[in-house]
Order: sequence, then structure tokens, then C-alpha cells
Amino acid sequence: MEILLEGVGYSYAENTPFEKRALTDVNLHIPSGSYTAIIGHTGSGKSTVLQHLNALLKPTEGVVMIGERKIEAGVKAKDLRSIRRQVGIVFQFPEQQLFDETVLKDIMFGPLNFGVPEEEAERRARELVVQLGLPDEVLEKSPFDLSGGQMRRVAIAGVLAMEPKVLVLDEPTAGLDPRGRREIMDLFHELHVTKNLTTVLVTHSMEDAARYADRVAIMHKGRCMVTGEPKEIFSNEEQLGDYRLQAPRSIRLQRDFEERTGLKLESISLTEETLAKNIALALAEEGRGSL
Amino acid sequence: MNSGILSFENVTFTYNAEDEKVRPAVANVSFSIQQGEWIALVGHNGSGKSTIAKLMNGLLFPGEGNVKVMGQAMTEETLWEIRSQMGMVFQNPDNQFVGATVQDDVAFALENNGVPHEIMVERVHEALSQVKMEDYKDHEPHHLSGGQKQRVAIAGALAMRPKLLILDEATSMLDPQGRTEVIETIRRLRESTGLTVISITHDLEEAALAERIIVMNQGRKHVEGSPTDVFKRGNELTEMGLDLPFAMRMTHLLQEAGVNLQEEHMTDDELVDELWKFYSKA
Repeated sequence: MEILLEGVGYSYAENTPFEKRALTDVNLHIPSGSYTAIIGHTGSGKSTVLQHLNALLKPTEGVVMIGERKIEAGVKAKDLRSIRRQVGIVFQFPEQQLFDETVLKDIMFGPLNFGVPEEEAERRARELVVQLGLPDEVLEKSPFDLSGGQMRRVAIAGVLAMEPKVLVLDEPTAGLDPRGRREIMDLFHELHVTKNLTTVLVTHSMEDAARYADRVAIMHKGRCMVTGEPKEIFSNEEQLGDYRLQAPRSIRLQRDFEERTGLKLESISLTEETLAKNIALALAEEGRGSL
Repeated sequence: MNSGILSFENVTFTYNAEDEKVRPAVANVSFSIQQGEWIALVGHNGSGKSTIAKLMNGLLFPGEGNVKVMGQAMTEETLWEIRSQMGMVFQNPDNQFVGATVQDDVAFALENNGVPHEIMVERVHEALSQVKMEDYKDHEPHHLSGGQKQRVAIAGALAMRPKLLILDEATSMLDPQGRTEVIETIRRLRESTGLTVISITHDLEEAALAERIIVMNQGRKHVEGSPTDVFKRGNELTEMGLDLPFAMRMTHLLQEAGVNLQEEHMTDDELVDELWKFYSKA
């Protein structure tokens, strides 16, 4: 499902003395089926944009198109439920939103609320628990007896149980250990592919944006400054610096290596694995490296 | 054994101790931290490191064994005295503010402890300058960036002149810049004051700066040593859910790709140096 922001402006507490502008003339196209990373410094407006993607916030200027639905500044929008069902948001620290007696009930809550029959809701919950790598027994446990990493997975299952077409992820791995982080990010990527999702990832991690996304948008001071392919965005270190961002570590190391040796690697290395291969290749071509 | 500034002696702790099926969160853990050290306590989610933090400041008491701070066993009686000697900074920067301005916030604990006004003003000023936040003394804490908030939280702890500063995942919710700011602050503090620091973290880049690392795994102390010694264990750490510093990961990936690197590298510079030597070996 496609999402389009056209000339979107947003002010918190509009028409009060506390009015604070968060977004100015944001134009952002999220094509159906894309994996878009939204990056930007703290306070750049990333989270405010995110809340427009399922009409949690309505623009104070401009238009947001969510699939066929049009959310327009100054026009009262009806039936936002159908939007919320199709665009699922995994907020930061989603485990703080768990509340039900058992994991099963917690995961079923969303679908039931949207009129999914009980049997179907339960089927989804059971399937998701397996998919998210949780043991079956957790279904009957209280979510509050689980470890932090497990709670995070249950909360994510709750969003996936709505079977959204668009999945919006706000720093979904914050606070997890490195393995947990990688597992969850790999899982989202797999879901993106197998369920034909449109995925939007809001992140501080340039490494995750480079590894998983096929499009990157940079937010800065409430505006969307540039969008493009990861290779394009991350090879322009000067531009990243202007927006107080850094290239992923693999690209910075590639630059150091190239400056030091005078060699030019085949392509921009978006991941550590690609960088290792590219360096090995360049050294082999020069007849060096392996003894 | 010299018990140093803080020590754990065969400490075991179980949540729901009456339920026999429950595995202890911390099992028979011993270590000792000397005055002036910077220690990193690392481990995956659920390894027991947060429980250890709670045992350190008396939010929990050991089921077996002893926690000693400056030679005194942690008990309900000694708890308050011990706490006055240690500063703690927690994970979520938004959950630890009480003051309306940065300086009010830093002064809060001093005021609570009845420190005279003149001394308070001096201490607040000193603490804020140690974390380089003097220019923000009249700002509202909520309008600061994550990194700045954590620096103010550190100043709040420093104003009490603690013997020991404990950072419980203090950088894990910050963006990369905020993380760098906080780590830089700790480094400067260590240089200027020699304060004893315990950082509880799963960021091994942060742990690499400490003098000694204690690795926790499934409630037990897995290994203890200098960063170089600990990181030599490579895959053993990754299997535990931890990660190696970037330069070491790259070294391993390059070796797998057939580049015959001879050494383990902790920094990008060292790694690029060795690669350059390969290249120049015409």
C-alpha cells in the first residue's frame, strides 16, 4: 500500500501560546512494497512524520494519502479505524503497552477489537508466537512474567496479528542486546518479503538503514531533505554531515582504506560482509593479501 | 581478598525463591572492584546484569552471600549510608528528572540532604562544569537532547560527591551522538577525578574503554579480564548474544574472505594499517 505526504506541515498545540512547529512542507513518497528507512538527528521530525502514517496525527497543512484514503488539513476525517487496521505501528518499547492476563489474550486483543472472529484471532496468535521464535508455553503465561526480549516479541506479535499491509517500525530494537537486535531486524525483513509488506523503519542506526532498506529519506529540522537509494544517500558523506548524520561504519572504513592504499573498491559497501569481500577482491587483484 | 570499594562474595539471588523451578537470576557471583577502577559489566538481556545493579544499591538483597560496599555489608540498616556514597544513572533519561530547571534538578539531592545554600551553589556549578552543561543551567530538562539529559543526570549524581558512580545501561536509549557525548563525559571525569565507575552495558564498544570487563552469562560470571583478553574469546561472546567491537568483526570477516590478517584489531586505524602493509608488500 502506497503512502504519500504532500506539502505536510504540522504544529503541536496549534493556535495556542505553546504552539510548536514540528514539520514544514514535507514531501515524501513511500511506494507500495518498498522498505523505506527514515533517518535524522534527534528532534528532526522523524517521530512526527511516523504518526502521520496512520493518521494518529492529522496534518495542519497539506495532504496525506494512505492507500486510497485522503487525510487533509482542515477536513474532518471519518472512519480512521480502517486505516489503523491496515497500517500497524510498532512503537519504541512496545512492551510497555502489554496489559492482558495472558500472552494469548494480549495478542488476540487487536484483531478481536476489529471484529475478527475469535477462532481466527486465536489461530493468528498461535502462528505468530511460533514465527517470532517464542516457545508455545508462553501463550498461557502472563506477559509480565517474560523476559524483556520476549515481551518485545509478544508486543510485535500483537501488531502483526492485525495483518497490516504497512508496517511502521519506530526504533524497534532499542534496548535489546546485539543478538536480539539482529534477530528482530532479520525477522522484519523476512516478513517484509514473505508477506509483501510495505515497511517503514525509523532509526538512528545507519547500519540498519543501509542493510535492510531499499529507500532512505533524511529528515532535518522538520523537513524531508532528500530521498534516494541507500548507495546514493550513504556515499555522500558531506551531505550526511550537513544533517548531523554519519555514514555507516562499513562505508567509513572503506573510505579510510581507499585513502590509505589509493585502491578503489568496486562498489559502496553497505554492509560489513560486502566490505570484507570487496577488500579481499581488491587485494587479490593486486596479487596481495593472501600469502 | 581485598574487598575494595565494592565486592560481591558468592552472591546468589532468585526472584520467587519459594518456587523451586525458578533458576536463580544471579548464581554464586564473586568479584571485587578497587577504588579508581573503571569496570564494565556486560551480558545479554536476561544475563543477570540488571539484578546485579539492584543488588549493588540495595534495591534487592542477596539470598545467599554478601554484597559489601566500602567494607560494609549491605543490609537494611546500612543501606542509606551506603547509598549516600554512590551515584546512579539509569537507562531512561526522561524518568529521572524532578527539577524545573537543570540547576534545580542537580541541586535536588543536595537540598534534600540539607546542604547549606552557599555550598549547594558551588557544588551545582562544579558538577555542571564537569559534564560541560553550565551553559544550560537555566534550561528546562525536558527540552534537552537525550545525551544532554544523561549528562545532567550524571551531574546530579556528582553533586553528592559519590565514591562510586554506577551507570545502568545509561547509553542504551541514546542516539549515536548522545552515546558518544556520555562516554566522552565519563572518560574526562575519569581523567580529572579518578572516580570509580561501573558501567553496566551490552555495548561492547563502550566496554572496550573500561579497564576491566566482567562478562555475565545466564546468571553466572563467565569471564573477567582486560578488554583485550576478553575480546580474544571472539565467537564465545557472539554465541552469548554479545557483539565484538566493529574492527574485530571486520578482522574476522576479512580472514573468512581470505585476507590473511595476522593480528586481532581493536580499532579501525590498526586494521587499516595492517591492510596497508599487505598492499605495500609489493
